[in-house]
Amino acid sequence: MSASEIWGVVRILFNYLGATLKLFGFTLLYSIPLGMIVALLKKCRFKPISWLTSFYILVMRGTPLMLQIIVAYFAIPMLRRAEGLPAFLSNFLNSMNIQGDQFLFNAVLFAFVFNYAAYFAEIFRGGMESIPQGQYEAAAALSMTKTQTFFRIILPQVIKRVVPASANEVITLVKDTSLANVVAYGEITLKAKEQMQNYSSLVPLFIAGIFYFVLATILTLLSSFIEKKLNYYK
Amino acid sequence: MAMLEVRHLRKNFGSLEVLKDISFSVDTGDVVAIIGPSGSGKSTLLRCINQLEKATDGEICVCGNEMLVPHPKGGVTYADAKTLRAIRLRIGLVFQNFNLFPHFTVLRNITEAPIHVLKQPRAEAEKTAMALLEKMGLAAKANAYPCELSGGQQQRVSIARAMALHPDVLFFDEPTSALDPELTGEILKVIKELAADGMTMVIVTHEMAFARDVADRVIFMEHGVIVEQGEPEVLFGENASERTKQFLQRY
Repeated sequence: MSASEIWGVVRILFNYLGATLKLFGFTLLYSIPLGMIVALLKKCRFKPISWLTSFYILVMRGTPLMLQIIVAYFAIPMLRRAEGLPAFLSNFLNSMNIQGDQFLFNAVLFAFVFNYAAYFAEIFRGGMESIPQGQYEAAAALSMTKTQTFFRIILPQVIKRVVPASANEVITLVKDTSLANVVAYGEITLKAKEQMQNYSSLVPLFIAGIFYFVLATILTLLSSFIEKKLNYYK
Repeated sequence: MAMLEVRHLRKNFGSLEVLKDISFSVDTGDVVAIIGPSGSGKSTLLRCINQLEKATDGEICVCGNEMLVPHPKGGVTYADAKTLRAIRLRIGLVFQNFNLFPHFTVLRNITEAPIHVLKQPRAEAEKTAMALLEKMGLAAKANAYPCELSGGQQQRVSIARAMALHPDVLFFDEPTSALDPELTGEILKVIKELAADGMTMVIVTHEMAFARDVADRVIFMEHGVIVEQGEPEVLFGENASERTKQFLQRY
């Protein structure tokens, strides 16, 4: 490939960096709070809720993300054709617009959010369980309410403890966005594959690799910056 | 006046009876030391009174408010949440392991509860906190984090933290057991000063000389029962029960 061809590929991939980052950003935006909720549900004293949550985590972690993306994308069109569904459900399914890029993005995002929430939930649960019981007792002895104890005493300490493990997930996520190419979500990997075929060359794939490498490096630096920032206490 | 009355208190962990029929009372201004071998139920007793453990049976009354009463059909009935909260505010607790909040500065450790529980204005809470730190000889450490302090300093901060809510009675759960002898001295000095100020205190301790010095009354517990209670002169004297003498021999 000539230099100008390579430059052309870089520009094409650069145009799809936004799509990669959009999937990455929205996944984080929703999966982190959802993961927190899932972690709390798993610790719920009402056992059926805790069991149901464990089952959800088991399924999400026990099956491939790529499979989940395919299911999320094809489930609704397939179910529409299924017979014997309750009327309200088929009406609901038929009312959904399953054409176009917006549906594609939503389906992919759905799979990513629920998959990553399961991983984050386990990290957060571990973080919460590592806080000494004495912290809860000290807060109780000072007459703090449960809500005050959680948000003022426990959560800030949990955040510090989960930063390294979460950073690991976040870096994995930026690379996992490439799995969305399986349902033709237009992001860097999909476009790199197209260009590979276009030029019959591996170079576009290497260029895509560099994009991911740079993103992962930035995230690594960011996480060590945050770790340092939170290092003002032990 | 009895500030704290405990009658026939029982506590089981499963089939294990940790407290069996404990009765005692603490008057305003009293300093009561609870001594006894490990596993005798001293800490559990404190934790039941502080609502960190649920009692199995008995009666606890704090400043005239019934915290729990025996249920006619067995077990206990706790007071409503509002009363329990009011009672808890009257009792301060100092832990063996300090349990300071590591992510807050010393000052914020002390002001957090006054600001968010008592809804004091920040300026007022900080003024009180600084006065307490001054008293503890730690004013210079107001902006330090707990991890930057020695064990003795941390324990003094935790005493200040408990005092900031103006409790009527202060409980100490082996306040010096995590400290070396030198740091232990620091804490005992602070407790002596509080005693001189007339603070009502209940102290679980293994420091026998200190108990003898500071306490108005000493309770000797073993296997979940009070073996003997009375003035230190009696418990540490010739007329103490055989078991008490035997226990104290080792000190």
